[in-house]
Amino acid sequence: MSPVFLPFLLEIGCEEIPDWMVPTALENLRLLFEKLGIAHESVTLDATPRRLVLRAEGLPERQPDSEERVLGPAKSAPPKAVAGFARKQGVAPESLGIESTPKGEYYSFVRQVPGRATRDILAEALAGVILGIYFPKTMYWTAKNGPRFIRPIRWIVALLGEEIVPFEIAGVRSGALSSGHRRLGAREIVVSIADYERRLRDHYVILSAAARRDKILSELKNVAVKPDAALLNTLVYITEYPTAITGSFDAEFLELPEEVLVTVMRHHQKYFSVADAGGRLAPQFVAVMNIPSDPEGFVRRGNERVLRARFNDARFFWNTDQKKKLADRVADLAHVTFQAKLGSYLEKTRRMMKLVAELGGDAAAVRAAELSKCDLTTELVKEFTELQGVVGGLYAHVQGEPEPVWQAIYDHYKPESMEDAIPRHRTGQLVGLADKLDTLRGCFGVGLIPTGSRDPFALRRAAQGVVKILVEGNLEIPLLPLLEGNAELQAFFEDRIRFYFKDIRGFAYDEVNAAMAAGWSNLVDLEARLTRIQNLRHSADFEPLAASFKRIKNILQQAQFTGEGAIEESLVEAGPEKDLYEESRRIAGQPIESAVVRLRPKVDLFFDKVLVNAPDARVRRNRLTLLNTLLREFSTIADFSEIVTNS
Amino acid sequence: MLTFQEIIFKLKQYWAERGCVIQEPYDVEVGAGTMCPETFLRVLGPQPYRVAYVQPSRRPADGRYGDNPNRLYKHSQLQVILKPSPEDVIEQYLGSLEAIGIDLQKHDIKFEEDNWEAPTLGAWGIGWQVMLDGLEITQFTYFQQCGGIDLDVVPAELTYGLERLSAFLQVKDSVYEIDWTAGFTYRDVRYLDELQYSVYNFEMADIATLWKLFDLHEGEAARLLKAYDPKALEKRRFPLLPTYDQVLKCSNIFNTLDARGAISVTERVGVIQRVRKLAVGVAQAWADQQIPATAEVAE
Repeated sequence: MSPVFLPFLLEIGCEEIPDWMVPTALENLRLLFEKLGIAHESVTLDATPRRLVLRAEGLPERQPDSEERVLGPAKSAPPKAVAGFARKQGVAPESLGIESTPKGEYYSFVRQVPGRATRDILAEALAGVILGIYFPKTMYWTAKNGPRFIRPIRWIVALLGEEIVPFEIAGVRSGALSSGHRRLGAREIVVSIADYERRLRDHYVILSAAARRDKILSELKNVAVKPDAALLNTLVYITEYPTAITGSFDAEFLELPEEVLVTVMRHHQKYFSVADAGGRLAPQFVAVMNIPSDPEGFVRRGNERVLRARFNDARFFWNTDQKKKLADRVADLAHVTFQAKLGSYLEKTRRMMKLVAELGGDAAAVRAAELSKCDLTTELVKEFTELQGVVGGLYAHVQGEPEPVWQAIYDHYKPESMEDAIPRHRTGQLVGLADKLDTLRGCFGVGLIPTGSRDPFALRRAAQGVVKILVEGNLEIPLLPLLEGNAELQAFFEDRIRFYFKDIRGFAYDEVNAAMAAGWSNLVDLEARLTRIQNLRHSADFEPLAASFKRIKNILQQAQFTGEGAIEESLVEAGPEKDLYEESRRIAGQPIESAVVRLRPKVDLFFDKVLVNAPDARVRRNRLTLLNTLLREFSTIADFSEIVTNS
Repeated sequence: MLTFQEIIFKLKQYWAERGCVIQEPYDVEVGAGTMCPETFLRVLGPQPYRVAYVQPSRRPADGRYGDNPNRLYKHSQLQVILKPSPEDVIEQYLGSLEAIGIDLQKHDIKFEEDNWEAPTLGAWGIGWQVMLDGLEITQFTYFQQCGGIDLDVVPAELTYGLERLSAFLQVKDSVYEIDWTAGFTYRDVRYLDELQYSVYNFEMADIATLWKLFDLHEGEAARLLKAYDPKALEKRRFPLLPTYDQVLKCSNIFNTLDARGAISVTERVGVIQRVRKLAVGVAQAWADQQIPATAEVAE
């Protein structure tokens, strides 16, 4: 009989799952399913806010039969024991075999194990699979010690072929009943694997995220929305039946800074903003609703009113804030906590002013540092915290601060991510550095050090920002002296620097290790050295030479060579040793790029022909000195022994 | 069109029909409906409970002298506690919106992640803000912890912002234009509260007096908490509810001092800790008080 293969459907019906957790949860579900070790042809995953769905094709109805070898008593055992073993296996003693093991010969029996029904395996495992999905934050909803999940599970569809895979989670039994759109579909809909997606569609649920995305995009086609992939993704995962609608607002609000308007639309209302023909902000927005149409305009008008209220608030805050200049708000920072153990923002401001001067900042930089945190006391930033910095910059601008000052305030939180740009000018870069370094030094100083996934003060981002600003701002400011000798902070920075050059800039890990081993305090210099190493790597002579450097380093270490003394020419033996010695003198002070080709054959020959550990202690010492000189000559760029070679 | 008070009547009626006790507002100043004993204490322990009430909620720092169309010193929350939360709790909630005349086939409703947390109460939960045509109308929370205690039974808490909801339904751009009932607007009823409390909270509250009051209420709460004996036979008589009133007083005074700009950075963290300590103390004593003393069980 040929094996039967079946399709499988699992739908976990939930209350609304936070959109940003969905993609990871789906990948997790795939992994957990594959761990079950059930063969299948393909897996597809889908999700809406209310369901996580796994569909698989080609699962065998039964798992293949298998054999299990059972070891019995030793061959030397009394017949009674042998008979007992045979009885236990349900066979006559004559049917037992003999097996040789390292411990001697034993009776054995090969048991035929029929494959289990896949449905039984799934029924046993699925509750564990579902509850094993990782979410950053979970809840219990039945009672304390009840199951935990991202939100309450309200229904489960689990079908293998036409049969239900039976199991239960938190009182919810799996079945063939799904659920439609909350208000447009039926609460219970009978589904089969064949008609599942169509049935959902009939009940106003578009299962595929790609289809929902396409629907939104096609509806956006005739409006000049500012592209926003992250917002689109959010909207795809907070709707089951998305429909885009366009609304408008009073053009008089365009007097407010675009940054404020866009933030209100984007972050608070999840609207796309719209550009006019000239690329400027138009008094329009696009909202995405979770129903198919708005024939009477209720939804559009509702959203327009909410936006009007929000914009009115923003305008009110803007006008109120103008009554007190930023410069007059410095003292108020005493009332704004920076961190309980690190005091107020006033104290932070004073530290930043000092630090930015130490970093080489001019009067404008010090002034920007002084005003940089004042916007924390404004109504607008209290309302729209994500605009901190930007609002301060805008206020400084209208209050007549010079361009370098207001732009530095505006930019000083940048880069907010690895993709974000650094502050546009040197003044802003220095203020940004002072801000981030102060936070890092302060937090590490009082023991607030990120561990694993816990980084409540976003110190990784701060350190990453420091690295990015120093390198991309081409600022040759030695970093090490700024870390106040804090070993943990140094180690933290080493990790961030490694991450930046390796994962963001794409240098090979061994190149990064090699270059950093020769020092990393000056990041501009580190970048230059890394680029040189990367280019050198293309030369055929480089890796063999690097291997030789590793050998040299080992030899010196084994000899516990301390490196004092100069080479005595009289002790240099004619031939490969002398050749290498002379070559090393010729290339001294020259860039390694021009030396590699010439040096490599000499080094190879030296190791081939010359015994470093010469019987004569003076000769030995002289040869070690030669090698040490060579090593030191090039170690200023990198520790080449860190380069991983194939040889 | 429903007036402000009709919306309240309808919602109360709706939840009464679903088995809720309809309570009147608590008569001590609170910053949110959650702080009322009907929520804060009732969610503790295994006993089922269902309650709905309108709670005027005071947030001194949010006062705007009656000038801002959307922001109030004192707004009204309709607070619903369903303990344990029924399996169809979201359906029931959506039904309540339909009960006040919102056709959910023609309006856009979304549940957006928003986890509630009140550090001064040692309380947090998981949930959403419910958005109606882009307007946040309700905070929906599954309580997980209260007074630092993991809850035995998970209640659902629904907090409706009544002014917003009413302005939405009546299509008003300012809460002050809401028709409270025929012939009276929200402004007629509430404007002076907003104006005078803003003046008091921002300009005239005497800081030294408030600190003195804070210390007195704190002292009284601490004195009582210290006297609570979990082993006492008649521990049910112990006045934990009055103790909790003292904590609420502290919390409101703290908020007023904060609005007045009287709390420095270094003080702030400490004062929050002081209130939290009392709130957690009451919650723990209350949870204990629900369990009869051993001797009582033996009777």
